[in-house]
This record gives sequence, structure tokens and C-alpha cells, in this order.
Amino acid sequence: MGTTGTPTNITQGSKTKGGIGESTLRPDGTLKVTGEFAYSSDMWHEDMLWGQILRSTVAHAEIVSIDTSEALAQSGVYAVLTYDDLPTAVKNYGLEIQDTPVLAHGKVRHHGEPVAIVAADHPETARRAAAKIKVEYRELPVITDEASATAPDAILIHENRDDHHIGHVPHPNIVHRQPIIRGNADEAAERADFVVKGEYTFGMQDQAFLGPESGLAVPSEDGGVELYVATQWLHSDLKQIAPVLGLPEDKVRMTLSGVGGAFGGREDLSMQIHACLLALRTGKPVKIVYNRFESFFGHVHRHPAKLYYEHGATKDGKLTHMKCKIVLDGGAYASASPAVVGNASSLAVGPYVVEDVDIEAIALYSNNPPCGAMRGFGAVQACFAYEAQMDKLADKVGMDRVAFRQLNAMEQGTLLPTGQPVDSPAPVAELLRRVKAMPMPPERQWESSEGSDVRQLPGGLSNTTHGEGVVRGVGYAVGIKNVGFSEGFDDYSTARVRMEVIGGEPVATVHTAMAEVGQGGVTVHAQIARTELGVAQVTIHPADTQVGSAGSTSASRQTYVTGGAVKNSCEAVREQVLEIGRRKFGTYHPAWATAELLLEGGKVVTDGGEVLADLADVLEGEAVDVELEWRHRPTVAFDLVTGQGNGHVQYSFAAHRAVVEVDTELGLVKVIELACAQDVGKALNPLSVIGQIQGGTTQGLGVAVMEEIIVDPKTAKVRNPSFTDYLIPTILDTPTIPVDVLELADDHAPYGLRGIGEAPTLSSTPAVLAAIRNATGLELNRTPVRPEHLTGTGPA
Amino acid sequence: MRVNFTVNGRQQEADDVWEGESLLYVLRERMGLPGSKNACEQGECGSCTVRLDGVPVCSCLVAAGQVEGRDVVTVEGLADFARQRAQHGGCASGACGDDAGKAGTSLQDAQQWQSKPSDSQTGEGDELSPIQQAFIDAGAVQCGFCTPGLLVAADEMLEHNPSPTDADIREALSGNLCRCTGYEKIMDAVRLAAARQSEAV
Repeated sequence: MGTTGTPTNITQGSKTKGGIGESTLRPDGTLKVTGEFAYSSDMWHEDMLWGQILRSTVAHAEIVSIDTSEALAQSGVYAVLTYDDLPTAVKNYGLEIQDTPVLAHGKVRHHGEPVAIVAADHPETARRAAAKIKVEYRELPVITDEASATAPDAILIHENRDDHHIGHVPHPNIVHRQPIIRGNADEAAERADFVVKGEYTFGMQDQAFLGPESGLAVPSEDGGVELYVATQWLHSDLKQIAPVLGLPEDKVRMTLSGVGGAFGGREDLSMQIHACLLALRTGKPVKIVYNRFESFFGHVHRHPAKLYYEHGATKDGKLTHMKCKIVLDGGAYASASPAVVGNASSLAVGPYVVEDVDIEAIALYSNNPPCGAMRGFGAVQACFAYEAQMDKLADKVGMDRVAFRQLNAMEQGTLLPTGQPVDSPAPVAELLRRVKAMPMPPERQWESSEGSDVRQLPGGLSNTTHGEGVVRGVGYAVGIKNVGFSEGFDDYSTARVRMEVIGGEPVATVHTAMAEVGQGGVTVHAQIARTELGVAQVTIHPADTQVGSAGSTSASRQTYVTGGAVKNSCEAVREQVLEIGRRKFGTYHPAWATAELLLEGGKVVTDGGEVLADLADVLEGEAVDVELEWRHRPTVAFDLVTGQGNGHVQYSFAAHRAVVEVDTELGLVKVIELACAQDVGKALNPLSVIGQIQGGTTQGLGVAVMEEIIVDPKTAKVRNPSFTDYLIPTILDTPTIPVDVLELADDHAPYGLRGIGEAPTLSSTPAVLAAIRNATGLELNRTPVRPEHLTGTGPA
Repeated sequence: MRVNFTVNGRQQEADDVWEGESLLYVLRERMGLPGSKNACEQGECGSCTVRLDGVPVCSCLVAAGQVEGRDVVTVEGLADFARQRAQHGGCASGACGDDAGKAGTSLQDAQQWQSKPSDSQTGEGDELSPIQQAFIDAGAVQCGFCTPGLLVAADEMLEHNPSPTDADIREALSGNLCRCTGYEKIMDAVRLAAARQSEAV
């Protein structure tokens, strides 16, 4: 028996015939509810070994020595590898800057950095062997914030930087800096009747996907390797893996395994290269599965941020200007920091009209955990700050907070601070109106005819209040997120679509490298194929590197870009099918030559609905197979001095209203309701759209009231790497999330759709904070809010 | 050590079990039943929830040696388990209906059911349990990693509380983390399963 858990075709047939716009069910649903769906940690191969990574116990240190002899001597251990065992001159990887060592060389730069790897015949043997590796460290001072990073005598996190950002950053411990200047903020400030300044702190959030990093590497006879792994972008992984292994890309054959969530945390490599190295060294399949503790060290987090904002407004409530500085902590390695800087700066004013702005965003190198992509990607931190500012300004002007936002809301045609026009619907004021118009949850909702239910009060079954000291608050927020990869990136996708007759039925097969991470891309691809090709039966081929790149499952882009690629390939297939039809049957009916022809219900029909042929007959003995790349319209880089440039592809808007109840004595918060209104352009699958909005909303709730990776500022060590100490919302913490979906088509996008996954994560957090401020009267300039911030009994 | 126990109605034996081995490890790595998930391995997330003599437990926190002579139901056996329960008057455990106030399932009741003889690898063509079908229909599955544990926990709740309030559902599922859905569709799924169950009675 070979490998188990290898992905196979998923065919979705007659049960669901829906095309786009219908809430068809997931093709992988049955496998997922029966436990048969093979996640990357479920892979098994006979004779396989288990890999284990030894990680640094300190954040910043020189490595004096590594002694692997005792580990190697353990029975059952097949290999112990360190930096010295890397097979080629390429020893680093990275998404944009190749600054991340596969295994530490001479120095470690953050707590939990990989130092050595072990392969053994049992996972516990591998763990025990790794613990026997002796590493001697000479500790260095740690850099943990902007002041220590940019001090004149600061130790450089990376010596001898030669990346393309080093030329324009003011200090080598700054990864990237993006200013955006438009108009004249200083002059405009003189017109302001009210000015509000604020300093905001955003904590480090973890993606906390439930399926830990894992995968299986199987050495192949041609000297290459097959890698089954959970990732967000197979081809990006491949480009980083192959050079380190010294293999051409076609000898590293990657297949997507079941992915247990991602949210940005799988954009960077984790165990991929390590498993391949061990497999190639031992000649045996090697499986690596992180546990939760290791997972907290094994992927990048959301950048914690300090945000300094100044806004002005006239007495009739018009925004005059905005100045801000956003400091993102990128941690020890660059990961996606440069792009996060680009987003944070270009979206720093939010969905508002402000003509005079002075914006600066930077990402630091530090000894804190590396930070990179997480749902919302730079726009989240900015939204938290500008929405707090909007409330403060509205209060100063003496306007209703929602009305103030609506007065200043951007609309179609508004110029972003980058000078780029928003050339599709931007219903910011309308979303606010809709979310405000939703019915409010009843006062004292914990009471019913049967008495009080403590489960619906802050503190829940801890039974800390029956309503005494409980105050309700309501808060609003709205945000703007870009969709797709920005700043001139060639953000294409590829789809291969095949159409043939199987068992007398026309069947379409869709093959892409898109990482299905739970978002429902596979559902949507089948819907698109049904709509475009008129077939009932669609087979989704497993995602692998045997087809061209689909780009990343991130930036809310996959339905737009790979969905667009599938649509485009389907259209090409349709043309070829019609060509075959004309060849075979064209002489039987003049409409073959003259009419607009469609594929519907398994038939070729005219636009008037007349049936010309069965697809089964057209494709009898023939198959059509097309693989094409597809691109959205191009973008350009932001100017490094002025920040000007048409850098974004598309925008996504969501607004939230949060209703909270706070036990002001104990500082306990219960979010009662978190209503959302979002423009989705076109809901290809309404059920999935609502699922995305509710899920994104809940991640925003998490970072409002509980989620934060705590890093000791003295040692830069992570203090809470577990689900015991890093809390994510449970079903008890999560309120009802009513969703109002608006569909205003973006004419530039396939079917008019908008990428939707991230926008709800932006405005959720500031809405909850605003509601808590409303309940307590406290300023609350940091997130997450902890009980001691509400009771005044602990440090801020 | 050697451990003998019943998994999804079938007698199983595990040899050379080391003292630190969890039930989760035995199920996933020895029995070929990876449906129970390894999301935190410290009893916080509920993804590895199975029923041990009818009681929902985090299998990552159960030492393999503790299951000697006992009866385990995993997500892979859930459809069968629910079918047999339905054949026993809609309640295999006897914990619902007139005894609605009683929580959990007795050992005797839990051991009443037996797996069917055929060995389905894919689940295709098999009838799903009501809670499994409801999770699909309501859109409660995204990445699906939390799904097996939630299904086992929700099925157990509906067994002893066939008409739960929303607060009951939240309380019963509070030990199961989900990162994708925001739980709303999971609430919908449990409500749907409960409604279908009451219609069927």
C-alpha cells in the first residue's frame, strides 16, 4: 500500500445543478462531515519517518556551537540536519526578500527559529532526539520596538542587506517605508475648527487556523520529491523550495492536501523545505506535523502596530486633513511586510474623502516573532485607528457618529490618497445606513418569561452578575480593503478546463492550482463551469503544480482571479465545442452559422432557446482541453516619495454595528450582536458569502476583546503559545451576526463580483471598541481590550 | 502495553502502545481513523471529540491505556451510530424522550449498537446522520477541521436535548473552537437537525 490521504477528484453531479448565484453545497462537504477528507496531517505512507524541528529557546543570540551527536545516537533516528547539511548555496527563502534561513546560521533572530531538524521512526523518538541536540547560545540584546530598532547604535537584525528596499529606508532595521503625500495637510489644518490627535496600539493577532502546519514529502525515483502540503499558494512555495533543494522545479511535484484554514498564516513556508530535506537525505517519506505550541512559532502573525493619527474637521463636519504615522512591527524576517506597509499607507484614510493627507507607514525589523499576512493585511490596523478618530471628531463637532461618517464618505469617483480614482460603486454611506437600520436586540435580552439566563450576560455561567453593573453600548465602523495583489504585481491565475463525454453525459473537469483553504473556491469553480458550459456534472481536479499558478488564496482574490480564469477557460472551451458542433452539425441548421449560441442544460441552444444539438453528440469521440492564464487589469507601484500611483485592483467595503453589554465592575464584555452590511458586487454563492462575512467578523471580534500574542518586552519571548493562553472566540463569545448583503456590480470584474473575505475583518474590531467606549465612557486606544483596561486595575 | 477496546462497534487491539500515547494518536495513527482531528492536543479546541462509553471526551486527553475494555465512537462511525439509535426508537441511549432531563448515555446503551459489516472508505452513497446532513445543508462546513468534533458533540447534545434553545446549543458546543464560520451556520445546522428530528418523530 502506498500513500493514503492522497487527494482525488471530487465530482459533484446531479444533486446540485446550480450555476452562479445559487447557494450550491460544497463538493467536499460529504467527505468533511464523515471524517474522510484527507488533511495534510492525515497523510500516511508505509515506511514513513516523522520529522521534528528544534527551535531556538532565545530570541536573539549568536550560535556558539551545535552538538547533534547524542541525538544521532538515539535508536530510531535516521537523520539530524543543521545549516551545514544544506545541499546548495541557496540557504534562505522568503516571499519577497529571501532573508529567512532554512536553518539558523550563526545567529538566531527570534524565539522559536528553526535550528536543526530530525527524522525518526516515531514522532516521540523524533521529539526526544531533538531535545538531545545541544545548542550553545551567546545572547544579544533584543530589539523590540521602534526606539530600539532605530537607535543610532542599534544592532542590525540583518547585516549587509541588499534587497530592493534598503535604498529608500531611513535605517537598516526598517524593512520598507511608504510615504503618501497629497495636497498640503499643514495648510489644510489651518481650516480646521476641530483637531483630534490619537495614539493607538494594535496587538499581535494569530491566524489560529485549526489545522496545524503539516505535510508529507516522498522521495521519488528520479531524485526529485513529491510534497503533499497545506498551503495558500503552491507555486510560490515551489519557487522557494526548489532552489534550496538544488532541484529543478519540475522535480518538486507539489499537491495540495486538505487545508485546515489559513487566513494568511500559510503564505510563508513552514515545514515544506524541512520535510523535503529529510526525505531526500534518508530516502524515505517524511511527515511533519506541528502541534499547537509549535504552530504559534511556525507561522507569521498579524503585525502589531502603533498608529499616530491627526484629523481635522470644520464645524459643519467636513474633514479637512489627515496626518498619520503607522509603525508596523515586522519581527525578525520580512515575510509580507513591504506589501503590508503598502496597504496600511494607501488605505490609511479609510473610506473617506480627505484631500490633504500626509501619511507614512513603516515596518520594522525586530527580534519579535515574524509578522506577515493575516486577513485584512495592513488595512485592519489602520481601520482600528481611523474609526476611533471618526468617533472622536464627530463628538467634537457635535454630530451623530454615523451621520458624520456619511457626510465624509467616499463614493464612486473619489480619489484615494494615492491619486487613484475609485472607479466602481463605493456605497459607504449606504452600508452605514443599512447597518444602522437593522432592528436592535431587545434591552435586557437576558431576561425572559422564565427569568434571567446568566448565559446571556457578561461572565456567563461564572454567574458573576444577574444584570447589576451591566451597561449597554452601541458602536459603528466602516472600512475599505483592496482586493487582489497591488502595486504592480503580476497577479494572474491559470485554469485548465476539459470537456468530454463520460457515460453518455457531458462532463467538465476544472483543474487549477488554487488552494482551497475552506473559502469555498471549489464550490464556485463548479458553479462557474455549470453556468458557462451548461453541464450538470463538474469534476474538480486536485490542486497541484501540474497546472499553471493560480496565485495565492489571499487578498480576497481567488473568486475574482481564479474564478475569472475558470470563466475565461470555460469560454475558450465553449468556443471550441461550438466549433466542433459547426463542423459536425452545421449543415443541418442555419442557426449554427448565424445565431448567438449558448451551452445550456447539456445542449447547444440559440439565444432564442432553440435546441441545436446535445452536447453528448457534439463531443462524441472528442474532448476539448484548454489551459489559459487570465489577468485582471494591471496596477503600478506607488511612488516611493509621494505614494502616488494606481496601485489597487478593486475595493471591498463593509460596515458593522456592534452592541455590547459590559459588566463595568469586573470589566467583562459580552458582545450581544455584531451586525454587518457589505457590498459584494455579485454573490456567486450567497450561502458562502454570508459564511465569509460572519467568519471574518468573528476574527475581528477576537482581536477586539481577547486575542493577543504576548511577547515579553525584555526577552522578546512568546508567553502564550497555546489555546489555553491565546484565546479565540468560542460559540459563547460570538453573538448573532445578521448580515445585509448589497450587490452593486463592479463592471471591471467577472460577473461584477467583489472579493469579500477580508472587509468584514476590518470594521468589526473598531465597531466593538466603539461600543465598549460607548458603554464605559473610556478612551480605550488599544486593542484587544482586557478587563483591567475597563476597571482601571492594571497596566494599559 | 496492549489495549483492547471497541471502535465504532468493532473490536480493536493496539500493540506496543507507549505509556504517553493518547487515544487520539491510537485512532489516527494505528486504527487508520484520522477523522478525529489534532488541532491543539491539549483539550482546548474539541476537534478530537469522540464518545467514550457514550460520553463526549477530548480524545487527546485520554491516555490510550484508559480505554481498555471500553467503547469509542468517532466521526467515522457517527452515521451508523445515529442510524442504530433511530432504529432503537429514535434514541439508542434511552436518554431522550421521557428521560429528557438525563444527560449523557449509559454504558449499556452505548454498547447496544454495532457497526454494519461493510467497510466504506468514502462514505459515498451512505446515508449521513441528521447532524452531518444538516452541517452540509446549512453551510456550517468551511475548512472542516473543527467539523468532526462539533458533529460528535452536537449529536450527543441532540440525543439528550432534542429541542435545545440557542443558549443550550452555545453552552453544549462551547468546548469546540471553529475559526472559519463565526458559528452562525453551526447554530443554523444544529437548529436544522433538531427541527428535522422533531418532524420525523
